[in-house]
Amino acid sequence: MKAVVDSLPVVALRRIGSISLFFAQILARIGPSLAKPGLIVKQIYNAGARSLVIVMLSGMFVGMVLGLLGFDVFQRFGSEDYVGVLAALGNLKVLGPVLTALLFAGRAGTSLTSEIGLMKSTEQLTAMQMMAVDPVRYVVVPRFLGGFIAMPLLAATFTLVALYGAQLIGVQQMGVDTGAYWSQTQNAVSLHDVWEGVVKSLVFGVAVSLVAVYEGYHSEPTPEGVGLATTRTVVVSSVLVLLLNYLLTAAFLKTH
Amino acid sequence: MTTTFCYPSPPYKPVDMSRLSEAPAPVKSPAQAGDAVIEVRDVRYAIGGRPIFDGLDITARRGRITAFMGPSGTGKTTLLRLITGQSHAESGSVKVFGREVSSMSSAELFALRRRMGMLFQNGALLTDLDVYENVAFPLRAHTKLPEPLVRQLVLTKLHAVGLRGAATLMPAELSGGMARRVALARAIVMDPEILIYDEPFVGLDPISMGVICRLIKQMNEALGITSIVVSHDVQELASIADDSFLLSGGKVVASGTPEELARSTLPEVKQFMTGLADGPVAFHYPAKDYQSDLLDDAGEAP
Repeated sequence: MKAVVDSLPVVALRRIGSISLFFAQILARIGPSLAKPGLIVKQIYNAGARSLVIVMLSGMFVGMVLGLLGFDVFQRFGSEDYVGVLAALGNLKVLGPVLTALLFAGRAGTSLTSEIGLMKSTEQLTAMQMMAVDPVRYVVVPRFLGGFIAMPLLAATFTLVALYGAQLIGVQQMGVDTGAYWSQTQNAVSLHDVWEGVVKSLVFGVAVSLVAVYEGYHSEPTPEGVGLATTRTVVVSSVLVLLLNYLLTAAFLKTH
Repeated sequence: MTTTFCYPSPPYKPVDMSRLSEAPAPVKSPAQAGDAVIEVRDVRYAIGGRPIFDGLDITARRGRITAFMGPSGTGKTTLLRLITGQSHAESGSVKVFGREVSSMSSAELFALRRRMGMLFQNGALLTDLDVYENVAFPLRAHTKLPEPLVRQLVLTKLHAVGLRGAATLMPAELSGGMARRVALARAIVMDPEILIYDEPFVGLDPISMGVICRLIKQMNEALGITSIVVSHDVQELASIADDSFLLSGGKVVASGTPEELARSTLPEVKQFMTGLADGPVAFHYPAKDYQSDLLDDAGEAP
């Protein structure tokens, strides 16, 4: 009996159920939380502004690598003009949202988890309950919303910087004609592609923020427990982002 | 009797607590004093199959300081969780202000908790707010008082615990004793009727301990707050408690005034009150026979 209850699929199902319930709790409290916008703004700053440097730096390098890779591949077919197309589509549709989400999980997600976990282990959450204040509403929801709002903004920044980086290599260094580079890009990219990136970054924003606050709120209130929860945040949200990315990419390809 | 750190009567100049709020007259009003505020009857509770309480009976009376004492692991903190409705007993009844806690809806529970203040072991101050905002937190959450009034309330409570000058410090900058005093100011800012102290003396130096002791007595006398103190510091408790309950093995093994407990001849009580290493609470963790354990030549670790 115990073996069945503790078997992997059952544990996984229970976890999914518990995360879903927690998500429902958060959604139910979003309305009341909007009454204190100051808390949310603070969390957008924590999750967003503090991840900005790492996101921009990574975006630059990813864009530059795409420039090199595109030039290498298309040169073999004598069609270097298409470097911009690869960089634009690759960034907008996949790399921008996915890499930003992974960086976001490592930078902002872990800090959310450890912060909430620490508040739990020092009895701050219990103290709030004793003061008749709902910790989900006061602590969890603003952090979730902050992450949810910051993530698409970060993904947009990443994509923008990456496009600049690709252009820097393709045009400035490898000598692709500026006019050809941008006109090919303009022809190839449709609004549908932009939407794909936007939708993905919104979904990833929900996924990473939810996992981060869930793990923090449900961590064991001990130093080991908080450490483990932080690790789980990175592992679970990274895998979740990559899985969702595949599903969304497939779905957008169908609706094209 | 050995030295106590608490002096219930003079050498200090009492803060004028009557100015703290317009709350009902700060006296143990004769009509109400002595009413049972918290009644725990025949409570059974187990964690993971291990029984914590096995028929627990406790009464805390209005306007008095009631102490729950007992060795570590006897469920003193669990008892507080039952009283505050964070956990529910398997059987028996826990009544606060005459109402059964386990049958309250969460809205009723929140309403009940607004009439209670709780001081946590390490203060549990919110780390991202400074001292002033920590004390103001319950006011901001539950009232729409204008800022000047909030300021007045917060500063008077901070003044009462002697930390008005520390209002702008962050919790990380406070010593353990100061953090607990700030938490005390926060606990009384809503003028609670019951104040619960969870291990208020743990890890404090003698001076801080004396200060906390004095404050507990002061809060009780000046504001007429019913106080519950959970601790195993016998001497401190003896100097401030009106009633005390000694918990052991899931039951109350003795109750009465601290003096009565000190005179008790029951072995459990004697062991606890005088701090003997061996007695009804055994020094040795249960093990097999010593001699056969030593002579066990199987050569394996037990």
